[in-house]
Amino acid sequence: MEINVIDQAGMAHTIGAEPGASLMLAIREAGLFIKAECGGCCLCATCHVYVADDWQGRLPAKSEEEDMTLSEACEILDRSRLACQIEMTPALNGLIATIAPHFL
Amino acid sequence: MTRQIETDALIIGAGPCGLFQVFELGLVDIRACVIDVLPMAGGQCAELYPEKPIYDIPGFPQVRGQELVNNLLEQIKPFETPFYFNQTVVDLEILGTREAPRFRVTTDDELVVDTKAVIIAAGGGSFQPKRPPIAGIENYEGNSVVYAVRKMETLRDKKLLIVGGGDSALDWALNLQPVAARVTLMHRRDEFRAAPHSVEKMRALAAVGKIDLRFGQVTALAGTAPSLSSVECRGIDKDLFNIECDVMLPFFGLTMKLGPIANWGLNLHENLIPVDTEAFETNVPGIFAIGDINTYAGKLKLILSGFHEAALSAQRVHRIVYPDKRLTFQYTTSSTKIHKKLGVVS
Repeated sequence: MEINVIDQAGMAHTIGAEPGASLMLAIREAGLFIKAECGGCCLCATCHVYVADDWQGRLPAKSEEEDMTLSEACEILDRSRLACQIEMTPALNGLIATIAPHFL
Repeated sequence: MTRQIETDALIIGAGPCGLFQVFELGLVDIRACVIDVLPMAGGQCAELYPEKPIYDIPGFPQVRGQELVNNLLEQIKPFETPFYFNQTVVDLEILGTREAPRFRVTTDDELVVDTKAVIIAAGGGSFQPKRPPIAGIENYEGNSVVYAVRKMETLRDKKLLIVGGGDSALDWALNLQPVAARVTLMHRRDEFRAAPHSVEKMRALAAVGKIDLRFGQVTALAGTAPSLSSVECRGIDKDLFNIECDVMLPFFGLTMKLGPIANWGLNLHENLIPVDTEAFETNVPGIFAIGDINTYAGKLKLILSGFHEAALSAQRVHRIVYPDKRLTFQYTTSSTKIHKKLGVVS
């Protein structure tokens, strides 16, 4: 499956993704920069992404834990998610996600 | 006041790899001391995931981050290692020669360490407060935007805006409320991660008007830098509003930064320190790097890799500290010498 990721410089990349892995790992495996410093434990909010508007409703809803941790991200929007909490499934083929700005 | 100490080996970073480095050095009679930016040992294990189980520590089918740290601290107890917390190494001066390296290391707490070897076990770098990427924030930082409260008195009778929903935000809102002219607590939503009793206290104060509780995110700062007069905010329903304040205190947790390590003359590759795989030594003889901060062909960022690296670097450090002594390899199971060092026999 393939997904579309827009990096922090605004460049779009089509990358491969393995069903079962997280969006964060797919981004990292593709060699794109995503901080994700807690390594996918839903603890640090440094894998913050924006999913494209029309994809919002097609993703599984945020868990309470994800929503809590998201508070440690910056420039949070309605379509903000933590990439480590989004599991790649065939239904997400073609997903469009933008890596959100970082804290300084 | 400057304090000067002298040691055989200095370990930068008190995470699991730094702690195990103390053990491996101790086995070969090398005195080490440890510096860390956090107030306690454990690094990411203690700061990020103390309660999360780890499943790939050899011999532990499952161990929580804090448990692993506690065990490592127990393991290095016999070596009575000095720890210097709450400080960052800012300067590393290379003295001595290639064959007999010497270093002078200085921290931002005016600690000066003279050492024969330096082992960088700094993980993803040092933990620093997350700074909101608001335009021009750097012009206010240190004056009217602060990430830590050193003396509450400096905030007396000021209008404060505290941002965040975790323990730091709530604790400071509660502690500063009696001191400040006004405390506004802003969080992006009406759910708090902080300890329930702090949340209850805060809500009680908000109910009687002693704390202003607002929901939203700061989007811009207004004032004559470095003095802040108000901040612009966007609420949950995209409504825009201003909050008057003299000082803003953002508490969004910590993030890891490479920091001053970049200025020490070490080769760096994408913020990692390349090392050889025989001794995990950097391009500067006498400076080693172990754990998540190093890189080499096949590197995996696993705690267990860092443990292996610590054992091997200790062998090379031994050569630096005791150039005339031959190091005989010994097992902890069978060596009486080691048993004495560990205090298991007298």
